[in-house]
Amino acid sequence: MLQKASGLVAPLLTLVLAFLVSGVVVLLTTGSIRDTLKTYRAIFRGAGLNWFFDVGSHTIGVPFSTARVWFPWNTNDAVSTAASNLEQTLLLWTPLVLTGLAVAFAFRCGLFNIGGNGQYLSGSIAAVLIATELPHVLNLPGLLLIIVSILGAMVAGAALAGIAGLLKGTVGAHEVITTIMLNWIVVWVGSYLFDVGGPLQTHAAAAAGAVPASADIPDKAKLHAFWGDPLLQGLHVGFFVSIAALVVFSLVLNRTTLGYEVRAVGHNPEAARYGGINVARNYFVAMAIAGAFAGLAGGLDLLGWEYRVDITTVQGANIGFIGIAVALLGRNTAVGVGLSALLFAALQTGTASRNLDPSIFAPGVGGALAVIIQGLVVLFVGADVLILIILARLRGGRRKKAPA
Amino acid sequence: MHIAWGSRRLAFVGIAIGVFAALVALPPIGARSPVFPIAIGLLAVATGLAFWLIRGERRVGGYAIAAGLAGLLIGYFATRSSPTKLDTVVVWGALFAAMLRYATPLAFASLGGLFSERSGVVNIGLEGMMLMGAFFAVWGSDVTGSWELGVLIALAAGGAMGLLHAVFSVSLRSDQIVGGTAINFLALGISSYLFFKLYGSQGTPSNLSTIPDVHLGFLGHGFIGDVFGSLNLMIWIGIIVVFVTWIVVFKTPIGLRIRACGEHPRAADTVGIDVYAVRYAAVVVSGVLAGAGGAYLSIGLGSAFTENMTAGRGFIALAALIFGGWRPFGAAAACLLFGFASALGVNLQAYSTSISTLFTALPYLLTLVAVAGVIGRTIPPAADGIPYKKQ
Repeated sequence: MLQKASGLVAPLLTLVLAFLVSGVVVLLTTGSIRDTLKTYRAIFRGAGLNWFFDVGSHTIGVPFSTARVWFPWNTNDAVSTAASNLEQTLLLWTPLVLTGLAVAFAFRCGLFNIGGNGQYLSGSIAAVLIATELPHVLNLPGLLLIIVSILGAMVAGAALAGIAGLLKGTVGAHEVITTIMLNWIVVWVGSYLFDVGGPLQTHAAAAAGAVPASADIPDKAKLHAFWGDPLLQGLHVGFFVSIAALVVFSLVLNRTTLGYEVRAVGHNPEAARYGGINVARNYFVAMAIAGAFAGLAGGLDLLGWEYRVDITTVQGANIGFIGIAVALLGRNTAVGVGLSALLFAALQTGTASRNLDPSIFAPGVGGALAVIIQGLVVLFVGADVLILIILARLRGGRRKKAPA
Repeated sequence: MHIAWGSRRLAFVGIAIGVFAALVALPPIGARSPVFPIAIGLLAVATGLAFWLIRGERRVGGYAIAAGLAGLLIGYFATRSSPTKLDTVVVWGALFAAMLRYATPLAFASLGGLFSERSGVVNIGLEGMMLMGAFFAVWGSDVTGSWELGVLIALAAGGAMGLLHAVFSVSLRSDQIVGGTAINFLALGISSYLFFKLYGSQGTPSNLSTIPDVHLGFLGHGFIGDVFGSLNLMIWIGIIVVFVTWIVVFKTPIGLRIRACGEHPRAADTVGIDVYAVRYAAVVVSGVLAGAGGAYLSIGLGSAFTENMTAGRGFIALAALIFGGWRPFGAAAACLLFGFASALGVNLQAYSTSISTLFTALPYLLTLVAVAGVIGRTIPPAADGIPYKKQ
């Protein structure tokens, strides 16, 4: 009898498999094992993960100061790009944790939330709407404006996901279908809003022939960047919000009645119903909370470094989809999501055209490799049976005994 | 049975009246008074309502009401618009030809999905299978210099993705949604990787051998000639595939086996049907058909590949499958409806570019309404999405 693969071994084995198979793809196109290893090393450095191994004495890059620190802190360092690369990785980690939690929370209730991308986008759209339009009506101080915008983003994400939860609870419509449809509805409504001639498009951008976009949010609504250049996508305080969200996720699931009911429904909806739990209500609540996580991701990205919504963001966003891989690899737990978000953020940053050594990969190829690795991880994570077979072979081989 | 079909037919009359409400205000009739579309639209709503309430025909009656309201609105706005603009937007021959062009890639993928889901394997990887087909059609056509081989290679590429999905969802009993998601990631990654590696920033070559159009000069230059006179070969093949799918799935023993595996695999297994083999075959066929849709997209409708060029069409195909109630003609009709929406959306740019963007969301919205069961629920095959374990 095969058990469910669990613990740390199975996810790690999944990763090893994914990197091995994608290594074969690289090997087939580069033609040598050395080049393949070189590629992975370049991705590692591009993600700034060498930062952790770069202990020494570094200037902090602050004018008129000679203070030195153990790890590279200066993101404008001409010698090493480790600091700026790691800063980019963590900037991406911030929303990935949240879209990962959006998938994970729904999963714990037995729901597959594929709509993270739409919920993320609706969060961004709500945040840009509130942050640009509210100051015309009401002159709020910066902090309040930020809080209202973020709350609006969470409500938007929760409302969108809530539709799917409601339909699941009332008429039994499959949440995978409804969230896929909602994703695309948001993409095209968003495109309509910000495209040329759309109601929210700024005329300044259209006149300049730039990518159609919304207005910029006012300076006071921007989140404080504490690492790196705030004008060049510095790491903003939303980073800590994501850390807090991991804690909240864990507490709500494991220490509250709501979390208990959600998990009970996730284990067995019939048994939960028999035990007096309102299953339909829990479907709605779980989806709404999941959507709030994804909406928060969209809001933080917008106020943290995007500052506006443009048409390429609307049509090209994939943070929500990567969130699926993050949650699956992280086994839907807070610690797992935090770690796997770091892995996928590093992968994404390390393969970005501007971080990857162009002699290794032409522009675009690296990003495509990242998508292949994500796909392989999702593929292998889904295949518990495959991982268990391999594990059994490994153990059997050690004992020199054929597995049953 | 007799009565039920009779009332259904009358409810379809309601839909027809609803469509006519819009037509009356459009060329060539072009009534200029808003009274006509409003009155006819209300008549359609009344017909639909009557069948909904009296005969319990919720599904078709609901569609009649929806058609009546839509016809009323479209007709009303048409009477408010200038006749010259209407003439540029509503060119029936061109609109219907464009509808067929947009519907064909959807129809191939949608029918592919039908095979897979009727056998009990949910396939949300259609988008990825289509994308692989689109890339490999261009690559094959480029390397071999012939579109026939390009299409064959595209079919093989789509089929390979189908096989991968089958291995994981049938043999390894992975979650089929997770597997489909993985297929979409993988196809996007592999096609972009090869595209950038092989063609770089130059893009695919401009002198590709493409799937030819079929010129039927004898149809003349009337409406029929405008619509069917010079359609792409793949469109005709697509129309044939709709009928073939219906015959295979509903009129042959093979189809009975496929449906048995999708409704009750244990029972199918008991009577000696190899559930795994049937599901493998069905999922591979779904990949092959989705690949054909992709090939039409890249070397039939156009003559190039761009990164992620399917842009959600695989999901519209999935939507059409659901909207059409997992039936060949239903799915084909849904593809035509969505294709018509696309064609109209493009023409509506005469009024406003942004409105035509909004129109793109229509298929997804309609499908959401359909699965929500506001007007009659759509019901998937009973064992759709459930891995089967042999005993």
